[in-house]
Amino acid sequence: MTTEAAPEGPLALQRKDFVTDQEVRWCPGCGDYSILAQTQKLMPELDVPRENIVFISGIGCSSRLPYYMNTYGFHSIHGRAPTIATGLKVMNPDLKVFVITGDGDGLSIGGNHLLHVMRRNVDITIVLFNNRIYGLTKGQYSPTSEFGKRTKSSPMGTVDTPLHPLSVAISAEASFVARSLDIDPKHLIATIERAARHKGTSFIEVYQNCNVFNDGAFMEFADKAVRSDRTVRLEHGQPLIFGKEREKGIRLNGTTPEIVTLGNGVSESDLWIHDETREDPVLSFILSRMHWPDFPEPMGVVRAVERPTYEALVQQQVDEAIERQGEGDLDKLFMEGDTWTVE
Amino acid sequence: MSAEDGRRPSDAPSHQIEELERVTIRFAGDSGDGMQLAGLQFTNTSALYGNDVSTIPDFPAEIRAPAGSIPGVSSFQVSFSSHDIHTPGDQPDVLVVMNPAALKAHLGDLPKGGLLIVNTDEFTKPNLRKALYAENPLEDDSLVAYRVVKVPVGSMNARALADSGLNTMQIDRSKNSFALGLMFWLYERPLDSTIRWFEEKFARNPEVRDANITTLKAGYNFGDTAELFPVRYHVAKADLPPGRYRNITGNAATALGFVTASKLADLPLFYGSYPITPATDILHELSRFKNFGVKTFQAEDEIAAIGSAIGASFGGFLGLTGTSGPGLALKSEALGLAVMVELPLVVAMIQRAGPSTGMPTKTDQADLLQVLFGRNGESPVAVVAPATPSECFTYAIEAFRLALRHMTPTVFLSDGYLGTGSEPWRVPAADELPRIEVKFAKDADAFNPYDRDPETLARPWATPGTPGLEHRIGGLEKADVTGNVSYDPDNHEKMTRFRAEKIARIANDIPDLEVVGGESGDLLVLGWGSTYGANLSAVIRARKEGLAVSCAQLRYLNPFPSNVGDVIARFDQVLIPELNLGQLAMLVRSRYLVDAVSLNKVTGRPFLIAEIEEKIHELVGSKVKV
Repeated sequence: MTTEAAPEGPLALQRKDFVTDQEVRWCPGCGDYSILAQTQKLMPELDVPRENIVFISGIGCSSRLPYYMNTYGFHSIHGRAPTIATGLKVMNPDLKVFVITGDGDGLSIGGNHLLHVMRRNVDITIVLFNNRIYGLTKGQYSPTSEFGKRTKSSPMGTVDTPLHPLSVAISAEASFVARSLDIDPKHLIATIERAARHKGTSFIEVYQNCNVFNDGAFMEFADKAVRSDRTVRLEHGQPLIFGKEREKGIRLNGTTPEIVTLGNGVSESDLWIHDETREDPVLSFILSRMHWPDFPEPMGVVRAVERPTYEALVQQQVDEAIERQGEGDLDKLFMEGDTWTVE
Repeated sequence: MSAEDGRRPSDAPSHQIEELERVTIRFAGDSGDGMQLAGLQFTNTSALYGNDVSTIPDFPAEIRAPAGSIPGVSSFQVSFSSHDIHTPGDQPDVLVVMNPAALKAHLGDLPKGGLLIVNTDEFTKPNLRKALYAENPLEDDSLVAYRVVKVPVGSMNARALADSGLNTMQIDRSKNSFALGLMFWLYERPLDSTIRWFEEKFARNPEVRDANITTLKAGYNFGDTAELFPVRYHVAKADLPPGRYRNITGNAATALGFVTASKLADLPLFYGSYPITPATDILHELSRFKNFGVKTFQAEDEIAAIGSAIGASFGGFLGLTGTSGPGLALKSEALGLAVMVELPLVVAMIQRAGPSTGMPTKTDQADLLQVLFGRNGESPVAVVAPATPSECFTYAIEAFRLALRHMTPTVFLSDGYLGTGSEPWRVPAADELPRIEVKFAKDADAFNPYDRDPETLARPWATPGTPGLEHRIGGLEKADVTGNVSYDPDNHEKMTRFRAEKIARIANDIPDLEVVGGESGDLLVLGWGSTYGANLSAVIRARKEGLAVSCAQLRYLNPFPSNVGDVIARFDQVLIPELNLGQLAMLVRSRYLVDAVSLNKVTGRPFLIAEIEEKIHELVGSKVKV
């Protein structure tokens, strides 16, 4: 579905149609290249006219992505992309709007907007590049940096407890929450596609390597050699199974997840069956707290529930008002309340 | 109860009618006493009757300051007249006080000989203590200089509503209506408009509706029968230009102006705002106009409010945000973004006393420099400033006209005095208002995001959804024409100068500064915004005395109208009254190298006419032409 084969669909767009003439200016080896490539590859699949696609970003390395997408784009100010996306989408619901952000942009300076856009369920896709470091300002700790991390601004280690982006999204009522990995392109493109097709706010955390300031941050579990043992693929309706031989699984003991080895009386039917559509967020939240080395890192769609989008509800009120009061008539409005005539 | 009007001969026939040109009444009471409501109803009735009216409310920032305390006093001043008036009056002729705290807070403004109507029921020991009175001022001789009329409003109201079926607390809440009825009688006002209002307002609560109507009439009849007042007063209809009128506050007029701009430009309006005094009324008003396609968005904060409005503008719609001083400070960075991306955004900025939280419900003009310069980098925006409550309508439309034609963020700069004050507004016919022309880029072959219109230097408005015009904008410096990111030194200088020149050229698109009075003379009173009424009234008085004084009010603050320098040069002196420490004066002095004199006031209250007059006399008083 995501190869660069002959164009399909009525629009017959190709990846190259989404590439701009701007020189890409990320450091060589940056995980952002992979995310850009998968995003460009995905665009023709969405079958949305190019002119109806908008990429909006804040500030940071990730936020340069709109310059490289041959769509409409807005490289705005630090942390504020969700606000611009909200105004745009409310006024023109036909647009396909992506917000590109990072752990600093989205969770630090823009944390407030991220919360509110998700609770409102504005129909946009947010891709948060999480590299657990400030790259553009050359190596300070971020709100997702692990406790005690030594950086240029924390020579003795941080004393800040990190945020879990997926926990934040779930707590903020996001209707779609997922995670993927920069160096797993197939999974990445599939996850972005799922998110893009979701109606409502979709939030994806992408573990992204900053090879200059935080190299290998995820390699302990992301390395291909160990990935199947140290991550678990979430698939709707399927048990949580992982391991090279698919020999391990996660079982729920009340609300406590535990790792079990299949066999010896433990079968697949004993395992936690993933249900991304479950309204109650408790299980999604448990998934959002599972991290290597205690657990395999969950990858994929954690949560995908349906509820009305913000812009649809806003439009509905406008339509209702017009139905009840008729199309606005200025002369009538001017004359509201008591008026009098001077001859 | 007795009328303590020293002038009343004991055998005078009751209820003579005395003709007055202008009367100013101040209703003052506890913030729970309904003084705003009483004032508004008196205003509407007077306006309907045909007077010119001007009002100013004054209320505490606290929703409910401790009852009976001085900080909890709320007041509403209305001036009504048989001729054209421009301010709500320097001093009240009549002060209605509902409790000791209101007396304490407002008596200082009542001139000697003024009429003081006191609700005696509230002058109890505890209330006197709360108002910091050691002795009951009604019982000593501290009020001898005034014409005091003691009315037990609370108990009269309670008696009138004894059979209403309401409980004591509910009954007490209607006492403002009793006082209002009494004032209606005193000034010969009809009750029907207020009765109609009660009928609508309390349609679902017939007991409260009936109670208010009953006590309103009781207050009126009380005036008629109690012989408290020897004279009733008559203020004839004003000679306003013919037309259909309604009374309107500045903020209501602002909201109407914006929805009108949306119709005139044929583009839906988006209003992103975070509640903030004194701008919140605009959000309330616009959220009622959904059937005009208006979409209001109560954002999570001030930044989201402007960000969402920028998003709407980027999308090809009318992006609007509104705020006051502290909110504008938060919006600064995003406003700079709008400057860089050159989108048509309007910011409605309703000033209040600062710095920081300052005095939210008090007026001020101290954000002029913040509006003009409060951003990083060279980041000019267009600024318009209405001078009266009803002008807010006109300049709200004008803000969008300039924003759209010149592709620039534009600030609509009002203040609390304009926003909450009211005056009659001559209602225009919608089809007589000039349409706002909007041009969208369509032609992909000829498109460059930062091409410029040779006349205005405006860049094209190319909106998402338009095929072939896909492009990227953002806060990084743009290369001329292409709009690509550029760090080229010469390009940055060029673009910085383009942005400045684009705003400067708006001067070709706005009217000249108009001078009221002589075209030249000894003194020009130059003002901006809400000082207009006081400036104009003072200048009219000075001219009657034979002084060669004129006034001019700047409605465009960036750019200035192109004739400002010429106007200034025709006067020997320039006086600039401002509710700040001299911000316009700083601009005028630096731009025109003129030794302008500042008159400054930062009390949270508007200028009195007398204050301007006094300064005029100080500067040119000796030059009276005989």
